[in-house]
Amino acid sequence: MATSLQNAPETTGSAARRPTLSERQKVAIVTVSVLAVVTAVAALRAGSSTVLVQALVTGVLTGGIYSLVAMGLTLIYGVLHIINFANGALVALAMYLTFVTVDTMGVHPYTALLVVVPAMGVLGALLQTSLLNPVMRAPIQIQLLVTIGLALAIENVLLLVFGPTPRSVQLPGNVGVSILGATVELSRIYAFVGALVLVAILSLVLQRTAIGTSIRAVAANPEGARLVGINTKSIYSVTFALGAMAAGAAGVLVAPFTTIEPTSGAIFNLTAFVVVVLGGMGNIPGALVGGLVVGLTEQLAGLILPDESPLLAVFVVFLIVLFIRPKGVFGRAS
Amino acid sequence: MLELTGVRSGYHGLEILHEVNLTVQPGEIVAIVGANGAGKSTTLRTIVGEVKLQGGSVTFKDQPVVGGRSHELARRGLMLVPEHRALFGSLTVDENLTMGARARKGRWGFEKDWILDLFPILRERRTQLAETMSGGQQQMLAIARALMGSPDLLLLDEPSTGLSPKLTWTVFDAVKAIRDRGVSVLIVEQNASQVLSFADRAYVLESGSVVLEGSGADLADDARVQAAYLGG
Ligand SMILES: Nc1ncnc2c1ncn2[C@@H]1O[C@H](COP(=O)(O)OP(=O)(O)OP(=O)(O)O)[C@@H](O)[C@H]1O
Ligand SMILES: [Mg+2]
Repeated sequence: MATSLQNAPETTGSAARRPTLSERQKVAIVTVSVLAVVTAVAALRAGSSTVLVQALVTGVLTGGIYSLVAMGLTLIYGVLHIINFANGALVALAMYLTFVTVDTMGVHPYTALLVVVPAMGVLGALLQTSLLNPVMRAPIQIQLLVTIGLALAIENVLLLVFGPTPRSVQLPGNVGVSILGATVELSRIYAFVGALVLVAILSLVLQRTAIGTSIRAVAANPEGARLVGINTKSIYSVTFALGAMAAGAAGVLVAPFTTIEPTSGAIFNLTAFVVVVLGGMGNIPGALVGGLVVGLTEQLAGLILPDESPLLAVFVVFLIVLFIRPKGVFGRAS
Repeated sequence: MLELTGVRSGYHGLEILHEVNLTVQPGEIVAIVGANGAGKSTTLRTIVGEVKLQGGSVTFKDQPVVGGRSHELARRGLMLVPEHRALFGSLTVDENLTMGARARKGRWGFEKDWILDLFPILRERRTQLAETMSGGQQQMLAIARALMGSPDLLLLDEPSTGLSPKLTWTVFDAVKAIRDRGVSVLIVEQNASQVLSFADRAYVLESGSVVLEGSGADLADDARVQAAYLGG
């Protein structure tokens, strides 16, 4: 069972389930064949296999990083049905926290996970409890305005405290290594592995723990959850905390190869949103797939259309997917 | 056990219930019957705080019920099986039952086996997703989920909707079995003749007001009830 928080309302009756499965297989086959054709075209344009392999490896690794940044966004959407526009700002905040931790304590950047992730969890719970819980029954645009306001507030606090000067975090021993002849920085490989670990942890928490079952229950039917004694507001706070912790982990892992600026979050937001929609809103393994699709699209488009911005291709893919599968490549199947 | 005094409530300023008085004593099955739109579901939803109380009072076990806090009521032993069931569709049957048990938190509860004996079909479908169950199976799951929370007072909103005549009696027999184990039941039913045959007391609701009340047997014999709801 994939870890999706969404109901698929159209799959009622047991007969509806089997076609869904084969349809997902169809989607997977189509996706893989499209990628294969695009790769072949890119190979012709690239002229050398080294260039192609470099693009593929970079695409996969960057894709993992995109999904890392998108994980908190999709989790929060799945349960609260809110697009958290502050997700990017939370990642930026986490990068600054990493910078401060490394700078003041002189620890290894990844040790900062032990500080940043819990701190972000506490902050996330406080934000949900104080700002979002009071407006959970308000119209959706109110909730969106709150998260946009929150993003602006975080950005400006960062600007106030750290100024506009970009910061950076050095990862000791961050050398380039060779994978299948392609050269990549170690820190990006670690971030990619981190994305896989995060998907595994979130899926385990949601599927195997008592609190995870409560979270899925609230996502499936908040009224039903209240009727069996669940305090939905505290579950929303726990969920936002988990989402903020995911943003925190992402911030620590991307900090070594990202320029840390107060507005860094805005860039993450756009890509993360595309990734979440492609993977199916609220679908956690889907975010991983969505990230890989975006990462590979960018790199291969760079080979095929070297004069255009890689973002162009990403948005073309995004629009095509929205058009033919509005629920995302892998939908919301449970 | 449950006492409604002069209850007024409704939606967005529109008052649906007008001064409703209603009581449920320990160990009783009490029925509410009435036409579509009379306010039966609104009454149950007001009791659990899902619809805001605009006047009057609701007390459960002699303590007032505070609006908007239905999860606390569940923990105090008052559970509602709503008209639309509110199951966790993307969770399995077993997970739905486990969630039901969250309500009781340390209190003594019905044995899961006893509940599954009431609805044996659930035992065969433990790993099936709730949303893929048939309508009747979902109704049974909704009741079983509420029982897992070991309520002292169970509110049932049209539990026989969508059930075959045979299953309807399965559910009604379950209601009696639940009462025999000490649980009070407040049941809303469209099937007036059937529910009046086993309810200890009943209320007739019309346009948001109680127009008749009495023992189940008395109401079943009442000319007005027969004319309006029993096709007699
Ligand atoms: N969410 C709502 N917003 C506005 N009006 C509502 C809402 N829910 C119910 N009503 C109105 O309140 C009145 C009572 O509805 P209620 O659901 O309590 O009736 P009922 O007696 O349960 O009917 P039925 O037998 O059809 O289930 C109806 O006129 C209905 O249109
Ligand atoms: Mg009703």
